[in-house]
Amino acid sequence: MADLYISSDVASEGEMAAVAVVLGPDDDALVVEHERVVRGGTRRRHARRNLLLPALHALQNHAGWISPGGLNHVCERLQVPPAEAYGVATFYDLFRTTDPGNREAVTHVCVDGACQMSGANELLAELEAGGARVHASPCLGQCERAPATFVQGLAGPDLVPADSLPYTIPQQGDASLRLLRRIGVVDPTDIDSYRHNGGFAALERARELGPTELVQLVTDSGLSGRGGAAFPTGVKWAAVRAEVDTGRSAHVVANADESEPGTFKDRVLIENDPFSLVEALLIAGYATGATHGWIYIRGEYPLATARLEKAVAEARTGGLLGANALGEGHNFDITIRRGAGAYVCGEETALFNSIEGFRGEPRNKPPFPTTHGLFGEPTAINNPETLVNVLHLLTSGISEYRTQGTERSPATKLFCLSGAVLTPGLYEAPFGITLGELLEMAGGVRGDLRAVLMGGAAGSFVDRSFLDMALTLEDTQKRGTTLGSGVVMVFNTEDDIVAAVSRIAEFFRDESCGQCVPCRIGTQRQHEIVGAGVLDAKHIGLIDEMAAAMRDASICGLGHTASNAVQSAIRLGLIGAGK
Amino acid sequence: MNNSSVTITIDGETVEVDVGRTILDGCRSAGVDTPTLCHGDNLTPSNVCRVCVVEVEGSRTLVPSCSRPAEEGMVVATDSERVRHSRKMVLEFLGSAVDVSQARDVDHDSDLSVWSDHYGADPTRYGDQVAKSSAPLKREDDLYVRDYDKCVLCYKCVEACGDDAQHTFAIAVSGRGFDAHISTEFDAALPDSACVYCGNCVAVCPTGALQFTTEFDLRKAADWRPEDQHVARTVCSYCGVGCNLELHVQDNTIVKVTSPSDHDVTSGMLCIKGRFGWQYVQPRF
Ligand SMILES: Cc1cc2nc3c(=O)[nH]c(=O)nc-3n(C[C@H](O)[C@H](O)[C@H](O)COP(=O)(O)O)c2cc1C
Ligand code: SF4
Ligand code: SF4
Ligand code: SF4
Ligand code: FES
Ligand code: FES
Repeated sequence: MADLYISSDVASEGEMAAVAVVLGPDDDALVVEHERVVRGGTRRRHARRNLLLPALHALQNHAGWISPGGLNHVCERLQVPPAEAYGVATFYDLFRTTDPGNREAVTHVCVDGACQMSGANELLAELEAGGARVHASPCLGQCERAPATFVQGLAGPDLVPADSLPYTIPQQGDASLRLLRRIGVVDPTDIDSYRHNGGFAALERARELGPTELVQLVTDSGLSGRGGAAFPTGVKWAAVRAEVDTGRSAHVVANADESEPGTFKDRVLIENDPFSLVEALLIAGYATGATHGWIYIRGEYPLATARLEKAVAEARTGGLLGANALGEGHNFDITIRRGAGAYVCGEETALFNSIEGFRGEPRNKPPFPTTHGLFGEPTAINNPETLVNVLHLLTSGISEYRTQGTERSPATKLFCLSGAVLTPGLYEAPFGITLGELLEMAGGVRGDLRAVLMGGAAGSFVDRSFLDMALTLEDTQKRGTTLGSGVVMVFNTEDDIVAAVSRIAEFFRDESCGQCVPCRIGTQRQHEIVGAGVLDAKHIGLIDEMAAAMRDASICGLGHTASNAVQSAIRLGLIGAGK
Repeated sequence: MNNSSVTITIDGETVEVDVGRTILDGCRSAGVDTPTLCHGDNLTPSNVCRVCVVEVEGSRTLVPSCSRPAEEGMVVATDSERVRHSRKMVLEFLGSAVDVSQARDVDHDSDLSVWSDHYGADPTRYGDQVAKSSAPLKREDDLYVRDYDKCVLCYKCVEACGDDAQHTFAIAVSGRGFDAHISTEFDAALPDSACVYCGNCVAVCPTGALQFTTEFDLRKAADWRPEDQHVARTVCSYCGVGCNLELHVQDNTIVKVTSPSDHDVTSGMLCIKGRFGWQYVQPRF
């Protein structure tokens, strides 16, 4: 790279200090001659670029925005061209690149589905009228306590007001729980409490089995990804293992970016049982032979992040992480990375780019992560729910594991119930429970059922004729809908469903990374048409045409699914002519 | 077939493609016309415009032919209903959001409108109330203008300025979604940025969003006459690298300078001297 050109804006003392907390003291200059500071070659620069996102977080938190001087400072320290760093900073919702003119915390109010139906827009207006700095946010992953808020701190920690209350799940204490069984029982801040509640038994069992048998067990269990795509986990792990066996270094990543509107399961899991994710990631590392574990957690989850940081630190102190952590010669450590407000960064390859310090733009596939993932190296990326399934599989054995669920969808699933049910919250139920039964578990519908959004904004609406649908991968697929990430968002006849559908269209328009034409412009046009509210046959035809192109020609799943909810709403007559 | 090539089928024809080459390369050797916009022979494929998509048997979605390496046994359709539909929609979307009046399919050496007509793209279907890119014209120096209302966000200029050629990294994509655009840091004016005025971004831009000031002014005066221009090929006289130059001459005046993208010294890239330093040839008194 040529020498960087850095403009004359300089960082304040405070900005430099904030950056130093993440990057360490400025001792990375190798040679200093007059004005010229040499910081080492290409290798070194590549090795440090992944610190860009944490450094931008530090600047944002310190000053309330990313100033030209602050950006220059980070660019100099990391040897990143300022234009590229600016491109990264402007990619994320949580970063500002204009001076807000004051130094107050910002209250983000979720305006998506469940919150939109619970007065979020009114709350937003009220807070603003009261003089607060507010920001309309996409789903904050707290749909069970709508309307949700998140306070982005300034020179202090971020905070979720609702976190000050004790958290309980509706099924607390239910002996049949698997994934949620420790929630409310274990002390999430104490590794000993985790051990006393069966923690690390699965890791022990994994090491008795050895990597080969372990991967085979996961394959045989029929475990499939819970992040939305339902890809067989064992196949993924085996592919990475095969790469490691050829001598390549590999990564395992927990994708806790959780930004699919209506989804909050990973948050509840991590906040209340963080060690389980640490243990599961260790097992994934052991199985695949990876030496680096990463947890990418969404930026709006301060409590989950704090709990995870503590859990990782305790695990490290306890010798579970670090040199030879997974046996002689198998080093393993975990790095936590915070997202900064971008739904698309939950897409696995966008997530890699985000960690690496680039814009969170998805990559074209193939090549797939199992061969070319994080830093171009083999990577097994999984959703936290997928990972913690392995704990139960190991401690109870495969036959017990498969006693619940169906042949093609074994075991249990976490369902995020929100909206018009009596008891919104996170539920664990076996695959195969019907939609109607699940709604009953949540106390039944509040009011008269109008529609259920299955699988989130990327999923689709169903109506009461689907109440008998068994919630399995195969049955939902057969009936043209999806389980996705387990979202079950309920709307009753009082809800303004037209506004909800329009908001979903807006969500995709806001969250498209903008890289590929079908999605960048298609999501914009779709929102314009749906938002205008005139849905005659001509417009519906146009939406179908746009949807076909987005589904076929977009780079990533965001574009592929951006029309699902809108089209299903039209089919059901929730919007458009039948309305 | 041998070890250094693979055999694929394109629209029913069997085609041999060298290992590592793309489906697009296969289409070209089979004589199958394929539109491209963000692709350039001298750049890493960004595969973002999606106008080159084709149908590959066994693939759930369409595949960008410009970046996807051909694999043994691939069965490719370039003129199926799905392909024609997606290509039409991409061209239509672009036409509805951006001024594509000067956009060109460089590989095909034709105006993009040729393809829009071919696929029946009708950007007016979205009405006239739709959001369009609305960026002020940037004229910050005498050498080239940036008129981002014409930008299709093909990433070519970013690649040429960055690690595909110049390694200056003066410009990057900033913002997100429909609001994404090409920018320097904090939108600094080019003369205050890292830009070294090699003009390689201008050379690769397929839309006229980046344009020599000479060309821009002539176009504005409705006096840009490619049919009256001739191209003189010469070697740059400044240094010993030996870059080949193509001087585009209209009315005995140089109006822009390019270099052949397949030239083995330049791959189409020049420095500020070869690109813009020709005023001495035609002194103005
Ligand atoms: C736009 C988009 C957002 C996504 N967000 C998430 C997410 O927040 N969490 C997640 O686990 N998977 C998400 N995914 C799916 C991931 O790409 C990937 O399939 C998943 O993390 C793999 O883990 P699994 O096999 O355990 O499900 C997203 C996909 C897309 C296209
Ligand atoms: S589909 Fe949308 S989000 Fe995905 S790469 Fe394309 S523009 Fe980006
Ligand atoms: S300015 Fe030109 S080269 Fe750059 S992205 Fe836009 S259209 Fe492409
Ligand atoms: S264009 Fe620049 S590098 Fe090339 S020969 Fe001329 S002066 Fe040398
Ligand atoms: S937090 Fe509001 S819909 Fe999820
Ligand atoms: S030419 Fe292939 S995606 Fe643009």
